[in-house]
Amino acid sequence: MSDFIQSLDPRIVRLQVREDQPFEPKEAGDQWETYEVFHQAKTGARLIHVGSLHAPSPDLALVFAKEQYGRRSTTTDMWVVRTADIFTLHRQDIDMFETAQEKLHREPQGYMEVRKYIEEFKKRQQQEGTSDGSEAGSH
Amino acid sequence: MDPKQEAIKELLIKMADDQLIIGHRHSEWIGLGPILEEDIALASIAQDKVGQSYTLFQLLHDQFGTADPDTMGFLRAENEYRCCHLVEYPNGEYDFSLIRHFLFDHAEYHRFDMLQASTFEPIRGIARKFKSEIKYHILHADVWVRRLGTGTEESHQRMQAALETAFPLALGIFEPSPYEQVLIEENFFPGEDALRQRWLETIQPILEEASLQMPDPSSVEPAYGGRRGYHTEHLAPLLEEMSWTLRYDPEAERW
Repeated sequence: MSDFIQSLDPRIVRLQVREDQPFEPKEAGDQWETYEVFHQAKTGARLIHVGSLHAPSPDLALVFAKEQYGRRSTTTDMWVVRTADIFTLHRQDIDMFETAQEKLHREPQGYMEVRKYIEEFKKRQQQEGTSDGSEAGSH
Repeated sequence: MDPKQEAIKELLIKMADDQLIIGHRHSEWIGLGPILEEDIALASIAQDKVGQSYTLFQLLHDQFGTADPDTMGFLRAENEYRCCHLVEYPNGEYDFSLIRHFLFDHAEYHRFDMLQASTFEPIRGIARKFKSEIKYHILHADVWVRRLGTGTEESHQRMQAALETAFPLALGIFEPSPYEQVLIEENFFPGEDALRQRWLETIQPILEEASLQMPDPSSVEPAYGGRRGYHTEHLAPLLEEMSWTLRYDPEAERW
């Protein structure tokens, strides 16, 4: 169509929207796949999931990850993983975690009790020890 | 000024001008890149280039009393700029922009690597810092060149054609300075010939991996002139656009 300006300037090219033709639907897989990005802020720290991005390959995913997730904070390492390579449970099976909080015997309170007994025992021992010592000294 | 000082000054000005102009060209892609992630990556590289240019103009100001970085960057006459023609060319399509970025950044990396050992002490730390940024620029360029060079038939043909357009321009990076001898003798900088050699040795194997045919440097006429202030018709409009705001309101501090 001659009524559109022909130019190499991408700002012009982008504007060539043909209103007389409907947009063709995109094919499945038309877009690049997604990668999940993990970021480490300090040596030895855990790598934390910080988000995702589109990339056509792992090397470009790392190139993009550096700018999207590593440009502001300190970075000691970065991982990318294809979203498709991450496995999870089916949504409908998540209810298997439902009663987890009810199982009090799995909570660590019991250990805190033991700790209390140990401390009480130590205190008692110490008290007995010091009273023995002071008596010996006064004689 | 004595020739040693002139030599360093000339070297720094052309480096700063190259970075400022290519940074501006890259910035013209902002919002127009092929995909969001790539847009962000190239925009960030553009920002690094302009930032590096600022650092060099500041160094020039501190060491040699040139005008402040804004005046040097935005308000000189066109023929006072010392950038090479490669950086002046319009972006064209993404193939040319990528190949230019690839050819330019490999030269930059080696230039600053050499300057890390310069007897002009103030440049050493700057060179080391710049190198860490340029390492990313090279990574970005190499990944794309390899990928598109070996991608589809169309992507390969486009990259090859862009390489043939950009290569003579890129040889213009190494246009000898009138001070080459002084730079080399004083160990300020090993010279453009040495840089060109290292550059060729680096890019050739990468282009081979990308299935791209590097033109024979001896059969190509390098695009010289930029280092003496003779520019293509593309620089003046770029400078006009780049400095428009500053000329419009020189007192403006914030927009």
